[in-house]
Amino acid sequence: MSTSTVENDAVADGHWHGSAHERKGFFTDTSICIGCKACEVACKEWNNNPQDGTYELLESSYDNTGSLGANTWRHVAFIEQDSERIEAARESGRKLVNLGMPTIRPRTDESAGAQPLGGALGAAADGSAGSGGLPSTPPMGIDLLAPGALEPSDPEDIANLDTTPPDTADFRWLMSSDVCKHCTHAGCLDVCPTGALFRTEFDTVVVQNDVCNGCGTCVAGCPFGVIERRDDGTINTPTDRDRSASDMDVPDKNTANKCTLCYDRLVDGQEPACAQTCPTESIKFGDHDDMVDKAHARVADLHAKGLTEARLYGANPNDGVGGTGSVFLILDEPEVYGLPPDPRVPTKDLPKMYANAGIAALGMVAAVGLAFLGSRR
Amino acid sequence: MSTSEYDSYRPPEPEGGRKKRRRGGRPGGGRGGPGAGGRRGGGWKNRGADGNREMPMVEDVEFTSYYGRPIVKAPPWGDEIGLYLFLGGLAGGSALLGLGAQFSDRPGLRIASRMTAITATGIGGAALVADLGRPERFLNMMRVFKVSSPMSLGTWILSGFGVGSGVLTAIEVDRLTGEKLLPLGPLRRVLHALETPAAIESALFATPLAAYTGALLGDTAVPTWNAAGRNGLSYVFVASASMAAGGAGMALAPIRETGPARLLALTGAAGEMVAMDQMKKGMHPAEVDPMEDGEPGHKLHRAEKLLLAGAAGAAAVEVAARVFAKKLAGKTDASSGAFGAGGKRSWKTRTALRALSVVSGAALAAASAYTRFGVLEAGIESTKDPRHVVEPQRARLEERRARGITDDSITTGW
Repeated sequence: MSTSTVENDAVADGHWHGSAHERKGFFTDTSICIGCKACEVACKEWNNNPQDGTYELLESSYDNTGSLGANTWRHVAFIEQDSERIEAARESGRKLVNLGMPTIRPRTDESAGAQPLGGALGAAADGSAGSGGLPSTPPMGIDLLAPGALEPSDPEDIANLDTTPPDTADFRWLMSSDVCKHCTHAGCLDVCPTGALFRTEFDTVVVQNDVCNGCGTCVAGCPFGVIERRDDGTINTPTDRDRSASDMDVPDKNTANKCTLCYDRLVDGQEPACAQTCPTESIKFGDHDDMVDKAHARVADLHAKGLTEARLYGANPNDGVGGTGSVFLILDEPEVYGLPPDPRVPTKDLPKMYANAGIAALGMVAAVGLAFLGSRR
Repeated sequence: MSTSEYDSYRPPEPEGGRKKRRRGGRPGGGRGGPGAGGRRGGGWKNRGADGNREMPMVEDVEFTSYYGRPIVKAPPWGDEIGLYLFLGGLAGGSALLGLGAQFSDRPGLRIASRMTAITATGIGGAALVADLGRPERFLNMMRVFKVSSPMSLGTWILSGFGVGSGVLTAIEVDRLTGEKLLPLGPLRRVLHALETPAAIESALFATPLAAYTGALLGDTAVPTWNAAGRNGLSYVFVASASMAAGGAGMALAPIRETGPARLLALTGAAGEMVAMDQMKKGMHPAEVDPMEDGEPGHKLHRAEKLLLAGAAGAAAVEVAARVFAKKLAGKTDASSGAFGAGGKRSWKTRTALRALSVVSGAALAAASAYTRFGVLEAGIESTKDPRHVVEPQRARLEERRARGITDDSITTGW
């Protein structure tokens, strides 16, 4: 999938006007996230976001933030998994690769009936079965994630590479910094009745808090549960947070709030606070095209090392939201991280719903007409 | 046997261990997403031997969530929005009844309908504004006209409706006060000349007002609302609006004028039953559940009971009105309604019928209100458990994959 179609589709479908800038976005590579939460802190500091909750422990590993919300625009998820879950993730990732990865496994392998699992994955399966679970390569003890540790000769063709997965670890700790997706087709933006949400020159989605009247439609419009109204929480979100924690100056109260991709910093030629502060460069920021390219390269890299659990989230311009501005590399199914597995921008269904409403309205007129015709005086 | 050409790429099943995870997706046509021609055949629902849809979920959860936390957020919409959904429909239906009453010369029904319409519009609009985070910025809704936002369209529809409805109210008030109270002077003639144009104008906005709320709830990521919207929530709401308006007319206007109101209410009641049933059939079980369990489920069940009772009452009144047509028509002045001077022998019949009419009309209106609140709260409930989000999405993803569409997933292996 060439990334240029992303731009073309987005511009055409979204009626975007010629931008002075390239589309900007994040690539969050969760495989190198260390869970330091520096992004959360930097985001809060820069955007002057108020306290969220009462500092209670949420009993969810090291995640005591809960989820994204009006006051939390970066959220680091922590997931602890045992070997069974790791193996499951690896297998589901393998299936994904099988579904649509024309470059990893040459299509010619299909004809080889005797070898139903062609190419890399067949090799992987054979490898693990043949050696009785003991991997031949890579050798134990080498850092699989180190750059160049297992460089394939040609990254585009790993069909002949032995990609036997390394020993499944007993335990792993997934950490992932979630953020607003800045969708190509943004539900929040579509349904905003005041025009408070707008598409910036960086093709990001931002709320104008002096326009927003807090109707809350965008909250329902977001398939990722990102945007939220900053208020007393009439309807509680994540963990029944008690927001009357302490008196503090809350800016933009009762309006919708979410990540702006640090619009104020971008205008000034800076990068977003979270990306700048990330010590491992797990959060990368740049032109969206470059980010997607990097993501594709990185996932291919990880696959070449046998880490089939790696997959991209949001890099596909054909998905339900037209691809996201924030692309993620994740190591398990999206719902494990609290991400929806098949999000759709609700506006996609709107023409049909309007058609239904139109027919329904005509039906109502007919019903009233018949009611008057049918009743005697 | 396989359902798609990609099935052959799957690795062999391991002995024991992890087969749980894969059971749902194959081979009998996937988990039978609701998209597959409306049929939800195999899949987890039917795995329970006793047909109880809750049962299998306990032992065979197909997904893992992030500490059970919600994926999508509920909008901060409380009872005000539920009230508005009801009142908007009531106002729309009443305006249509009022127009018909004007043309068919039913002054009692006309006045009652127009007063209902403007009252409902006023309270509904106020409820909408009150639900805003920043009510003082209500007029910001008028900055834009945005087709992609049902909330924006609805604001314009409600405003357009309010204009005509307001003019009609002024006319009716002027009439009721003997054309003396309002200091209109020569403008009185202008005002009264506007009656038919205003009635038609408000009637043009009336049905959109009753119907758009289906799209408003549908055009969200809230699983139950979105699925309902895709499966004809507007039909449910329009039928519910007809039922409410008919019920209000029955309760407020004299028996001999409310024939159309009864018929409209009965049509609406039947329509709501059918549309609700059809809608639920089209939705994924995990999206229907919030409409059947808990408080929203109670409300919807209560709505159904009230609907049946009210419809039975309305039907009885209609039959009686036709049987006793002569008694009812008798000596009553058209303008003073059924409670005016009447024959000695018929006043009992009239009073009994009127009472039944009021009670069943109120029951139908209440049924409509319960439906609106039930649907609203079911949606909010459906955001609280990620199951309602993940299961339908997984099902439709698997269903597309089973059909060989593999290039539109947000998760990609490349």
